[in-house]
Amino acid sequence: MSEDLPAPAPPVNPETERFWDATADGTLLLERCEACGTTFHYPRARCPECGAPDTQWFEASGRGTVYSYTVTRQTGGDYADATPFVLAYVELEEGPRMMTNLVDCDPDDLAVGRSVSVVFHDTGEGNALPRFTPD
Amino acid sequence: MSIRQEASIAGAYEHPTREAPDRSTPQLHAEVAGGALEDAGLSLDDVDGFVTAEGPGVLSLADYLGLDGLSYVDSTDIGGSSYVAHVGHAAAAIAAGKCEVVLVTLAGRPRSRTADAGHPRRDFPGQAPETGFEDVFGTSIVGTYALAARRHMHEYGTTPEQLAAIRVAASEHAQHNDHAMFQDPVTVEDVVGSRLVSDPLHLMDCCVISDGGGALVVVSPEVADSLDRECVEVLGHGEAPKHHDGGRIDLTYTGARWSGPRAFEEAGLGPEDVDYASIYDSFTITVLEAIEDLGFCAKGEGGRFVEGGTLQAPDGELPFNTDGGGLCNNHPANRGGMTKVIEAVRQLRGEANPAVQVPDCEIALAHGTGGSLGTRHGAATLLLGGDHR
Repeated sequence: MSEDLPAPAPPVNPETERFWDATADGTLLLERCEACGTTFHYPRARCPECGAPDTQWFEASGRGTVYSYTVTRQTGGDYADATPFVLAYVELEEGPRMMTNLVDCDPDDLAVGRSVSVVFHDTGEGNALPRFTPD
Repeated sequence: MSIRQEASIAGAYEHPTREAPDRSTPQLHAEVAGGALEDAGLSLDDVDGFVTAEGPGVLSLADYLGLDGLSYVDSTDIGGSSYVAHVGHAAAAIAAGKCEVVLVTLAGRPRSRTADAGHPRRDFPGQAPETGFEDVFGTSIVGTYALAARRHMHEYGTTPEQLAAIRVAASEHAQHNDHAMFQDPVTVEDVVGSRLVSDPLHLMDCCVISDGGGALVVVSPEVADSLDRECVEVLGHGEAPKHHDGGRIDLTYTGARWSGPRAFEEAGLGPEDVDYASIYDSFTITVLEAIEDLGFCAKGEGGRFVEGGTLQAPDGELPFNTDGGGLCNNHPANRGGMTKVIEAVRQLRGEANPAVQVPDCEIALAHGTGGSLGTRHGAATLLLGGDHR
């Protein structure tokens, strides 16, 4: 399942451009606040913990575990014809829980806590969606 | 400043329609406004405060309804919980002397617009900062709630059958409501046997999609004293948004963890004092997590708590959603907070359907959860009391 999921291009703005540019090279970036040390996702110009503007990009390991998942069997929009597919939160090694899809997997073989690694699916517009596949 | 006993709900009206292909949304607002004002024994001329959240917006609707002389408006939008919060806001404005008669309206027609249970949250508006990090992965309302359900099951052993008990109780109540969309009682087996929409949530774990609306009239104590209608006192209010928190979101609890204690503290009451509870039921998991967070049972115990008829009126330990709730009765405009308050008012007035009227109902709670447990939502809690004037 999930072999041919749609990969809609995200809206990109000055705050998120670097994140999305990196995905084209197969790199998952995170931001860390230099003032309070908080690592957060999604990216933004000021730290959501302390408000400081001193945020630093760094490359994430691309590894994590499944925090939660669901097999979506009915939906609309871009994914209407892609069901069933797996929507999930992956808890990255660096801490943040990130909305994503689990791909190249048997839904009956999934479990909370399962180790996963990032893969990138080209949107055709100069960037790629970070998704995860079980190790 | 406290709003305890500083304002009352004098009028409440739920539109009887569940499908309105032949009406406009502003028209529905006008119909529910008229219904609530008539219930209170007031007229449009008496209204000096107006509150509404979605759709055309407060300015256009004030114009459309012909509301003159408004001294207070509020368009707070925290999804389906808005209308629970609106009562608190109206009471605070009344307590501060800003106005005396506040009209709160909700209307919408998602059913006639052929929405479906799995509809995406929105169509890539591009403005919301999270859009590129959520919607692109095929998020949906039910999908994101399903993520919360899965995690709650993982951490606490909650089962699909326990979630189903919530739908069963709602369906037992809905059989007495001639306006309810689904009036046939269902069993746990029916619920877990219905098709999966986004597992672990089945079709019967999801609320209805309905057209319609509702309205409330919140008034000062002086206005309440001048009316013949039995009024319901606002005793306490709390609200709280909960969000993704930069990636630290915990899916096992809701904003009720904060809004509930605030409302109880203002009212000088605790969960043990509640005779009847309207608890937002967009999905069964929404009820389960809120019951825990409001303090009716310990965190993680919700599954065991709802088993065995706990929620069923009139004799259960915590009679809930006696109109059939969003799960079986009505979820107008995809926003269920309004009907939560309306049924609480009915219970306190002794005007619920007789088979589900809670005897000697003196304290009611109405709780709203708007948005998504799986990403970000608003929580609002009201405590209401019977007329002791």
